[in-house]
Amino acid sequence: MDYETLKLVWWGLVLFLLVGFVVMDGFDLGVGLLLPVVAKSDEERRVLLNSVGPVWEGNQVWLIAGAGTLFAAWPLVYAAAFSALYVPFMFLLFGLFLRPVGFDYRSKLPDPLWRRWWDRALVTGALLPTLVFGATIGFLLQGLPFRFDSALRIHYGAFDFNWPLLLTCMGTALALLMLHGASFLQCKTQGVIAERCARQSLWLGPLASALFALGGLWLSQMRGYRIAEIGDLNSALTPLMKQVTTAPDGWLGNFVAHPVLWAVPALGLLLPLLSTLASHLGLARLAILASGGACAAMMLTVAIALFPFVLPSSLDPSSSLTLWDGTSSEGTLLIMLGIVAVLMPINLGYTLWVYWVARGKMSTEQVRQQGHSLY
Amino acid sequence: MISLDDVVSLSRIQFGATAMFHFLFVPLTLGLSWILVIAESAYVMTGKVIYKDITRFWGKLFGINFVMGVTTGITLEFQFGTNWAYYSHYVGDIFGTPLAVEGLMAFFLESTLVGLFFFGWDKLSRGQHLLVTALVALGSNLSALWILIANGWMQNPVGAEFNPMTMRMELVDVAAVLLNPVAQVKFVHTVAAGYVAASLFVMGVSSWYLLRRMEVRFALRSFAIASGFGLAAILSVIVLGDESGYRSGEVQKVKLAAIEAEWETEPAPASFTLFGLPDQSAETTHAAIKIPYLMGIIATRSLDEQVTGLKDLKAQHEVRIRSGMLAHEALEALRADDSNAEARATFERHRADLGYGLLLTPYAKEIGKADEGAIAKAVEDSIPQVAPLFWSFRLMVGIGVVLLLLFGAAFLQLCRGRLVQSPRLLKALFWSIPLPWIAIEAGWFVAEFGRQPWTISDVLPVSASVSLLQPGQLWFSLIAIFLIYSSLLVVELFLLRHVIRKGPASLQTGRYQGEVLQNGSLV
Repeated sequence: MDYETLKLVWWGLVLFLLVGFVVMDGFDLGVGLLLPVVAKSDEERRVLLNSVGPVWEGNQVWLIAGAGTLFAAWPLVYAAAFSALYVPFMFLLFGLFLRPVGFDYRSKLPDPLWRRWWDRALVTGALLPTLVFGATIGFLLQGLPFRFDSALRIHYGAFDFNWPLLLTCMGTALALLMLHGASFLQCKTQGVIAERCARQSLWLGPLASALFALGGLWLSQMRGYRIAEIGDLNSALTPLMKQVTTAPDGWLGNFVAHPVLWAVPALGLLLPLLSTLASHLGLARLAILASGGACAAMMLTVAIALFPFVLPSSLDPSSSLTLWDGTSSEGTLLIMLGIVAVLMPINLGYTLWVYWVARGKMSTEQVRQQGHSLY
Repeated sequence: MISLDDVVSLSRIQFGATAMFHFLFVPLTLGLSWILVIAESAYVMTGKVIYKDITRFWGKLFGINFVMGVTTGITLEFQFGTNWAYYSHYVGDIFGTPLAVEGLMAFFLESTLVGLFFFGWDKLSRGQHLLVTALVALGSNLSALWILIANGWMQNPVGAEFNPMTMRMELVDVAAVLLNPVAQVKFVHTVAAGYVAASLFVMGVSSWYLLRRMEVRFALRSFAIASGFGLAAILSVIVLGDESGYRSGEVQKVKLAAIEAEWETEPAPASFTLFGLPDQSAETTHAAIKIPYLMGIIATRSLDEQVTGLKDLKAQHEVRIRSGMLAHEALEALRADDSNAEARATFERHRADLGYGLLLTPYAKEIGKADEGAIAKAVEDSIPQVAPLFWSFRLMVGIGVVLLLLFGAAFLQLCRGRLVQSPRLLKALFWSIPLPWIAIEAGWFVAEFGRQPWTISDVLPVSASVSLLQPGQLWFSLIAIFLIYSSLLVVELFLLRHVIRKGPASLQTGRYQGEVLQNGSLV
């Protein structure tokens, strides 16, 4: 495999890990967001927490594995994105702080005040990451304010906030993950909680679709980039070795050039609606497949729109990082490819086993009977 | 020196503090997970339910601690990107890989299966559950392996080469990175220290039960499991600690000389300073009590090899800084014109000192044109502060010796069946619970502070590694993390105390004294 193909494969792998994270951790973030919405009593809240109890930690590890892999495969992208988004990523961290402790500590004491505060922590722990992921997508499309000097040191500028876009992205993330959580809870619970989730799904699916479409509208108004000049893609490149100009079709150029790609945003638009329809018909499994698919389709839409860019710069377009010049050396990419190819199938294998063991529905009766050994 | 509006110092404080905070929780996870495996194996083999209760009770404490480890670990992975952007660019090609493998291989396994450890008791067969527990232990220990391979590379950066075109270090020999001798030794030393901490935790808490004659059968069995494991662990910590000192003497001469406060190069074999007051500005150690020959023998395992003193090391650094300036000048020329043969030749001659040139980053705009004043400052910076290293090293070793005696005495009394009749030993064990943590934090301090001024030894200084953020951003994150971390620590300690005081009754099995059902009636 030549270096150019390898770089392309890695674009796919990074995307796979990020999509994997959103699809897997998305539903337990959604469950956290739904905590104050669909659970009215302490027992019902415990049903929600225990429905993701055995699996949420394994879902969140996708983020850690994804960030580590990003570091190894795209060190410059990792460095520029995390440091340029310093404050939002700190909020993301603070949100993530609250989850492991929230799940484990909440039900250790029966005191209602203790539990109420941990419930708030768990909701915050779901809200902050969801909003930061949404905002990050918005910032990516806008471009981040960074540029490289000749030693490839990163310098930062002031943010330019495109609020309609940012709010739309955050709203989409919220609606989508709540929809995903509601689909999951319909699979894992029964009775009143499942019914409430189905009711929430009725407006969450259409809202997610509508906001996604609105995001598309904002996108069509924005400037996008294209590479005017770059060295041999099959060689080692730095971001200093290219010229970037504004693209005539903005970020929609790839869709205009290859109309078949419109299928991806079309799926992003339709799948949330399908998820709502499926919940309405009581087809919980179809509902979660559709909401998970919607997460993937929406993220793919953004990735395709930016392609081959992965981290546009608003400060100096030519400093933008692409999949061609933000990567590790050929040797590291090859070794990392081998590692991912061996480890990910194993990881997916035991993850499936855990889901199989943890199958079955969670109910208030179970919480009452085995309360002391549950969350 | 540390100044409060300087991003380098603030970033250092943040990384150092969050790393040390993270390592309050890691040792217990590393060691307790194996103690759970031993106890659960006893359950599977004997079928005695008390071993299941032992596994579940210590498992509960394991869980309370585990989530703090997870919470505080994410911060570290994020900070390489958020706060050390140039570092991430400069060495990500090598350093990123062990970090990624840690996530993909170890943390993935641990996190995915830990849920089944807690919630799988009724859903899995005994053998399957034991397998899950063992895989969680394996995952957490593998996690330490990959992190220490990454850290070992920072101490001893093998298998990598600078690429002038991409302006970064690139991987040339992955086997060298994986089999880095520094990493291997550090790994065993570190995990064994975790085993010691966990063993003493179980022994100390069990001692507290024994002193109160509370759940004696349960406490004795827990004690026995931890005591054998702990004795083996403290022996490996000490042996591997010595090995670690030897390896570090080979590759990190500055760290070794600073730990020993050896300012002058002594004739071999050098003496060991047992006690003294190192004085950085006068470059001497006051009131030193020395043991002849000892250090030369430990550090070089020979009678005729010298241990280079700090003054001589500084003189060597000055030469290397000047050579690094030439390397930087040649690098500039080379990047402007790739075919410049003269620049290439100069660069090849001086490339090994490129990192030493970077020591001038805070003092000179153009490294190649730094003046004498800047060079003098960079030379001063090229060794760490001696006194903190000297003392934390002695603290670590001293605690190690105390723990060896304590574990020895505990094991002896246990075998003689006289444990319950030794209240003083039991009290000593209980009150010694914090000691391994102090030693471990001191050990990490020696390892990381001793590497100063470098993030990657001889390759990249701390001052050149940071993200060029605003001090305000650092203050925001520092204060917020401090507030969240301290609240969480208070809650964690409170919960640990709560569960420990209830003892195995907290499992609500109906087999232990003082159990209160949720509706309030006594069993």
